[in-house]
Amino acid sequence: MAIRERLSGNEAVAYAIKQINPDVMPAFPITPSTEIPQYVANYIANGEIDTEFIHVESEHSSMSATMGASAAGARALTATSSCGLALMWEVLYVAASDRLPIVLALVNRALTGPININADHSDSMGARDSGWIQIYAESNQEAYDNFLQAYPIAEHKDVRLPVMICQDGFITSHGVENIELVEDGPVKEFVGEYHPEHYLLNSKEPMALGPYAVSNYYMETKRAQRQAMLNAKQVILEVAARFEQMTGRKYGFFEEYRMEDAEYAIVLIGSAAGTCKAAIDQIRETTGKKVGLLKIRVFRPFPEEELAEALKDMKAIAVLDRSEMFAATSGPLGAEVRAALYQAKAQAEVVNYFYGLGGRDITVDDFIEVYDRLEEIARTHEIKDMYEYIGLRSR
Amino acid sequence: MLVCRKWKLSVHGLLPFTVGACFDAIIILEESDMKDTVEIRWHGRGGQGAKTAALLLADVAFKTGKYVQGFPEYGPERMGAPITAYNRIGDKRITVHSNIYEPDFVAVVDDTLLESIDVTHGLKADGGIVVNTQKSRQEILDRLQGYTGKVYTIDAREISEKALGKYFPNSPMLAAVVALSGVIEPEIFLNEMRASFEHKFAKKPEVIEGNMAALEMTFAALAV
Repeated sequence: MAIRERLSGNEAVAYAIKQINPDVMPAFPITPSTEIPQYVANYIANGEIDTEFIHVESEHSSMSATMGASAAGARALTATSSCGLALMWEVLYVAASDRLPIVLALVNRALTGPININADHSDSMGARDSGWIQIYAESNQEAYDNFLQAYPIAEHKDVRLPVMICQDGFITSHGVENIELVEDGPVKEFVGEYHPEHYLLNSKEPMALGPYAVSNYYMETKRAQRQAMLNAKQVILEVAARFEQMTGRKYGFFEEYRMEDAEYAIVLIGSAAGTCKAAIDQIRETTGKKVGLLKIRVFRPFPEEELAEALKDMKAIAVLDRSEMFAATSGPLGAEVRAALYQAKAQAEVVNYFYGLGGRDITVDDFIEVYDRLEEIARTHEIKDMYEYIGLRSR
Repeated sequence: MLVCRKWKLSVHGLLPFTVGACFDAIIILEESDMKDTVEIRWHGRGGQGAKTAALLLADVAFKTGKYVQGFPEYGPERMGAPITAYNRIGDKRITVHSNIYEPDFVAVVDDTLLESIDVTHGLKADGGIVVNTQKSRQEILDRLQGYTGKVYTIDAREISEKALGKYFPNSPMLAAVVALSGVIEPEIFLNEMRASFEHKFAKKPEVIEGNMAALEMTFAALAV
């Protein structure tokens, strides 16, 4: 029986952590993720779970301690946002190359300069090359569901990679919405117990973790990491299929919304997808225009072929980025979607928009304008500006 | 929105708690302009509890079987700075994740905000606004730039101090928004709030009665 509740995204993730009862959680507070360790600390103080909470002095330390715990053989996790993730930078790469199945609850927030506490994806997009699996959520429900699927993916013997479960700061982390929770028993069964094959506290198998690798070994290590990412694709789908059996909720690399007959598509990541869906319903009801959405759930590994297959017959596509990468060309999602379409020899016109930076709101009307623009581009085959902005003031 | 229409009529016409079968015919007439989702915008100052009030409303509406959203909009976080919070409440799943620009209803927790913020901006003409104030209704009307929808004023301080002995504007404001918007039937609202207070203040029964009195006094004050 599903439990009907109303929770914020942070509460939902904390509840998932409570249900999983992991071994170790080192954490350092940063808005808007602070509530997650706060709720978990409450669960621990109330004796509801026996996770060991480690108070650390920085995010560099929280990720280091999480790594240490994971290397020792514990199921470990942490939570952070924005500059907190930036301070973990060095250690993120080590966690991935050491193949530690850590889970990080990331609440997406803009990186500083200027200081800003609101949602954008510059933090996790900056970490996209670190070797972590990245899974994003549209809603509180998805943040919760993704978190439950994180350890089964991370700990799978063919994967053994850290996983970042991302949700949009404030928009879902602090917004209360209806949610269906899974009961404790099925969650425990679904996530399973963690029995690491190799771990430092195993006295029968003395080993070193993370030693120096000379040029003769470094490249093979990186190739092995790539293989783990390739394997993760299959495992992500298998875990999603098991999750669907348990809950009836279907997940894949991305969600296609009204794409069956769509001619104009928006591609994006995160909470804005819900607003886009409302725009699609409205456009289809009032004008009959064939508009659809492809919402990326898994950004790492990047589902290149599947994405191209889903988009190849579109007349025009807008890829929306919620972060800059200052290439003076695309945003990160724009670049990768374009590359995927090029590989598939797709003929669709593609434009790239920047939106929602530092929490700038995006509305149903904004999406309607983007679809209007796509229709115009498909008709005229003229793209005046490949890189546009949504909601940018002219002065 | 069925419930909403029923309650609006009862506020204007009858005693607040006698929502009944006599409105069935009217309800059918109202169905043509039924809206899936009611949108509410809260204006308050950091520390006054506007965000908490929005979350409480989401909470109680959820308990009556609705789909809900309750979320704050954060600027620089500091006590006393103007803050905005929002609710969407409806009978269907709500996916929109933007702020609310054309609310059906507005709640103003602090009337000094009327000097600096255009609280009726985008507010639907057939909606309404409730302002917590000790000023006269006419004084508030004069400040609302000719807004033609429903305008309620409520002295949450007086009610709260009478009912609870302290100034907690949340309970009166919550009742006022329920009365204004009709998103929840008053009787159901009161029952749910009692259950929730009994849970929250199990060891402080006097707070339960005080809060319930604040809700009922607000309904009574607005039904006049």
